[in-house]
Amino acid sequence: MNTKGVVIAGVGGQGSLLASKLLGRVLVNEGYDIKVSEVHGMSQRGGSVITYVRYGDKVYSPVVQSGEADYIISFERIEAARYAHLLKKGGIIITNTQRIDPMPVITGAAEYPEHILDELTAKDVQIEAMDALSLAEEAGSSKAVNIVLMGQLAKHFHIDYDKWMEALEQTVKPKFVELNKKAFKLGYEFSA
Amino acid sequence: MKELMIGNAAVARGLYEAGVQVVSSYPGTPSTEITEFAATYDDIYCEWAPNEKVAMETAFGASLRGVRAACAMKHVGLNVAADPLFTLSYTGVTGGLVVCVADDPGMHSSQNEQDSRHYAIGAKVPMLEPSDSSECKEFAKLAFEISEKFDTPCLLRMCTRIAHAQSVVALEERVVPECPAYEKNPAKYIMAPANAIKRHPVVEERTRKLTEYAETAPVNRLEIGGTQIGIITSGACYQYVKEVFGDAVSILKLGMVNPLPVQKIKAFAQKVDKLYVVEELDGIIENHCKNIGVNVIGKEMFTPLGEYSQKSIAAAFGLPAKETVTADTAVPMRPPVMCSGCPHRGMFYVLSKNKITVLGDIGCYTLGSAAPLCALDSTLCMGASISGLHGYNKASKGETENKSVAVIGDSTFMHSGMTGLANIAYNGSNSTVIILDNSITGMTGHQQNPTTGYNIKGDPATKINLEALCHALGINRVRVVDPYNLDECEKAVKEELAVNEPSVIISRRPCVLLKYVKPKKPVVVNKDKCRSCKRCMKLGCPSVHVDTDGKAAIDNTLCVGCGVCEQLCPFDAIHDGE
Repeated sequence: MNTKGVVIAGVGGQGSLLASKLLGRVLVNEGYDIKVSEVHGMSQRGGSVITYVRYGDKVYSPVVQSGEADYIISFERIEAARYAHLLKKGGIIITNTQRIDPMPVITGAAEYPEHILDELTAKDVQIEAMDALSLAEEAGSSKAVNIVLMGQLAKHFHIDYDKWMEALEQTVKPKFVELNKKAFKLGYEFSA
Repeated sequence: MKELMIGNAAVARGLYEAGVQVVSSYPGTPSTEITEFAATYDDIYCEWAPNEKVAMETAFGASLRGVRAACAMKHVGLNVAADPLFTLSYTGVTGGLVVCVADDPGMHSSQNEQDSRHYAIGAKVPMLEPSDSSECKEFAKLAFEISEKFDTPCLLRMCTRIAHAQSVVALEERVVPECPAYEKNPAKYIMAPANAIKRHPVVEERTRKLTEYAETAPVNRLEIGGTQIGIITSGACYQYVKEVFGDAVSILKLGMVNPLPVQKIKAFAQKVDKLYVVEELDGIIENHCKNIGVNVIGKEMFTPLGEYSQKSIAAAFGLPAKETVTADTAVPMRPPVMCSGCPHRGMFYVLSKNKITVLGDIGCYTLGSAAPLCALDSTLCMGASISGLHGYNKASKGETENKSVAVIGDSTFMHSGMTGLANIAYNGSNSTVIILDNSITGMTGHQQNPTTGYNIKGDPATKINLEALCHALGINRVRVVDPYNLDECEKAVKEELAVNEPSVIISRRPCVLLKYVKPKKPVVVNKDKCRSCKRCMKLGCPSVHVDTDGKAAIDNTLCVGCGVCEQLCPFDAIHDGE
């Protein structure tokens, strides 16, 4: 199998680390070679955070570059657009519709591009947009946005639902398993 | 058993399996997790040292006693530890000694992108460079073998994309080598001139032997594919090269990047039509090739700047870029910011408002330089705020003493701020130093330090009293303020700047992200009272923004109710949410 790429884009503090952990776990369990790359440090302070996941028979580079991503999972609307260039032709963007203003917007130095996703849709990019925050809250915690989005992503993978649950149990602390399973299910059942 | 591990965790696993007994480090992105993961093994004694020099010397002492020891640091940390490194090269080791150093090409979290390989060359010590997590573990173990076999400290060079990339690692058992009885050996360990002069030829001879080893070392691996193009590479670059070319080219993958082989490179050059060197940062392998008369293409084709990728390498070789889509509208930048409720914000607001010159330091508080606070004038290296301020004030013959300060965090103060403060007291500048004491090493992700009262395992430890320390360093005026109280901060800053003697203000409040800090309810905006003056926006708090109605609004998911914006509002429109 050719190497596939998934990009997880979010805002520092949104839990992209856990999302990549879950995806990594399920892919390792499936026997794929896999590399996950993230940057720690500065990026945790409310900055734009990006994680790359690559998997296949043999993976070399840990980073996804322009035109190489099969999926972009975005925790915030404009983050999907920020990294859209990474998407390969025919790739899919799964995004939370939540808006989180970056500092230049807060200070008035820049405007929030409200309709930027429509621009991408107009260019034939397939976008699955969802209010993952509401679904996460429905599951019991606004922090579960990451797992809701992973549930939506899982629909595109040929991996049994039970395998995802198994990976989830291996990834999150026991006391959060039920909450996250619920969040995952809500994400999985949502149709964009 | 196979595990998905980040490179740093794999290095820690390698230390564990190699039977390491002592690890001493100072945190620094992207090296921090090596020591954090090492501390999860109960069989290893681990600690956070106050700085990298202390860490390396601690590892030296452990090696002297006969056990395997390691220290880890970021690239600029090796500058601090360079002093012991250069002479450790002369003494050599008893127990194996490995120094893990993590470079940061692309400067994701650093003030420069220096290339640590220069230290291996300068100190004449071997350096290994892994290219994935599996190699991180294997090379960590090999580094100890090399260290002991060749009687030298061995460097293990990481970079961000290896340190923080996860890949699959096979786990093995821990094997602890026997610790020999301690034997005094002055000729080897007392580096006074008479002894050191005899050790230098030993170092030179060792380099010769290490070069010989490099010729046949399995980590310097030949991968023969297509022979039109040959590429010499190492570390993360190897992965990018493989990604672009697969088996279409021939590769000499160097796992040992100092000393470099000679015959092996010459033989490889014979096998291929055209030879390239792909290495991030400086052209070190390239220069070596040219020095031994091997013609290679290197930095004329590849930049010395930043991180490489499969994309940048493909582009350098003139291969077509992959098809991609972008939106036409620009996406606004999302830079990192000080968190909601960050205790540094209040003090920075006061400094910015009073137009004070601020010599800054290394830590989260470097973010005080961003708009709208724009509170910093300089950031150089760990500790430079205090010593820099002294020089700045001396240069103006004291004229700037009442309008300039240094700001430095608690951990950075312990790292290398203390000596600068002693200099202020001793050489008499009436400088004012503000210690931003958030009770943790923040930027690297919450590591304990000598002022927090806890050690790396979270167990209680001696808590160094900053007030007493500053007094002991010769500063008579030391006061503590709460940065959530703007009036108190402003009063303290104005008074301490006015007095004609050195002073320290400790701006004390724990980092808002610490688990024991319980957030208060978000503040509430009374829209009827808000007159859209935007005074609250001057704080640069990510929780505060202007709504579509032009009035202030609070993001309830972020706000921790610190109440600093409340103090700024001239119309009493922001209220405590409790």
